[in-house]
Amino acid sequence: MAYFLGLVIALVAFWLGMSGHNTPLILSLGGVSVALTCILAYRLDIIDREGSPYVRLFGFLAYFPWLAKEIVKANVTVIRACLKADLDIAPALVKVKTICKSDLAKVTFANSITLTPGTVTVEIEGDKLLVHGLYEQDAQPEAFAEMDQRSARAIDGKGAAA
Amino acid sequence: MAEFLTDIQGIWEIVRFPLGALMCLAGALLCLVGTVGVLRFPDIYTRLHAASITDTSGAALVLIGMMLLSPGWLIVAKLFAICVFLFLTSPAASHALANAAHTAGVQPIIGRVGSSDADGEDA
Repeated sequence: MAYFLGLVIALVAFWLGMSGHNTPLILSLGGVSVALTCILAYRLDIIDREGSPYVRLFGFLAYFPWLAKEIVKANVTVIRACLKADLDIAPALVKVKTICKSDLAKVTFANSITLTPGTVTVEIEGDKLLVHGLYEQDAQPEAFAEMDQRSARAIDGKGAAA
Repeated sequence: MAEFLTDIQGIWEIVRFPLGALMCLAGALLCLVGTVGVLRFPDIYTRLHAASITDTSGAALVLIGMMLLSPGWLIVAKLFAICVFLFLTSPAASHALANAAHTAGVQPIIGRVGSSDADGEDA
């Protein structure tokens, strides 16, 4: 039920943000489209943890500022590497083990790695991620430990039971 | 107190346009830097790293700059939605590219790449 409510609230907020019209006709059309989307989502059976992840929104909101800071830091490194007169990169492939349990947390972790410039997730197998890094010294498995813990806490919660 | 608030608002109205324009310009420059990186780096995986500058900081700065320039909250909401979708989808696209290259058997260049290597030019 919480997933359903979260989906309705998100859709209504999205619709209001997109349209900005307040006449009854347009508002009722918006209500119909939200209802139709909910019915279709229910029939597709995707109103669950992944289809409506808004219950975890607050955990994610706490995670995102930290991720943004990491992205800015990594950006500086890669911009330096791009503009240096002498190209001195040391690419490496590393295997990273994750403590994330659910698929959603793994996706968050892998996407965070890819979103930070200088590291790209190449493949996921079980709880191991194959990561390609621009600098060998920055792409050691220990470097991802904090991001791993934070994304696991943001999505799986403290108990991490899921 | 009310006077102080209107003062702040007046200053903000003056400041936000140059600030927004400056952020847009910085974002455009970062996109340019990303392009330079794409041209300079040796293989597909390292080029993806350069492209992700354009994806993250370049796009974010341009969008924040446009938010500062925008006339109303409605535009800000739309730009924010663009920002969210961009940040959700661009890593998926990068991962799909890297995974496709890996599956197709493209071997990444491993180890130190110096500028003395000439393999960047003929690629």
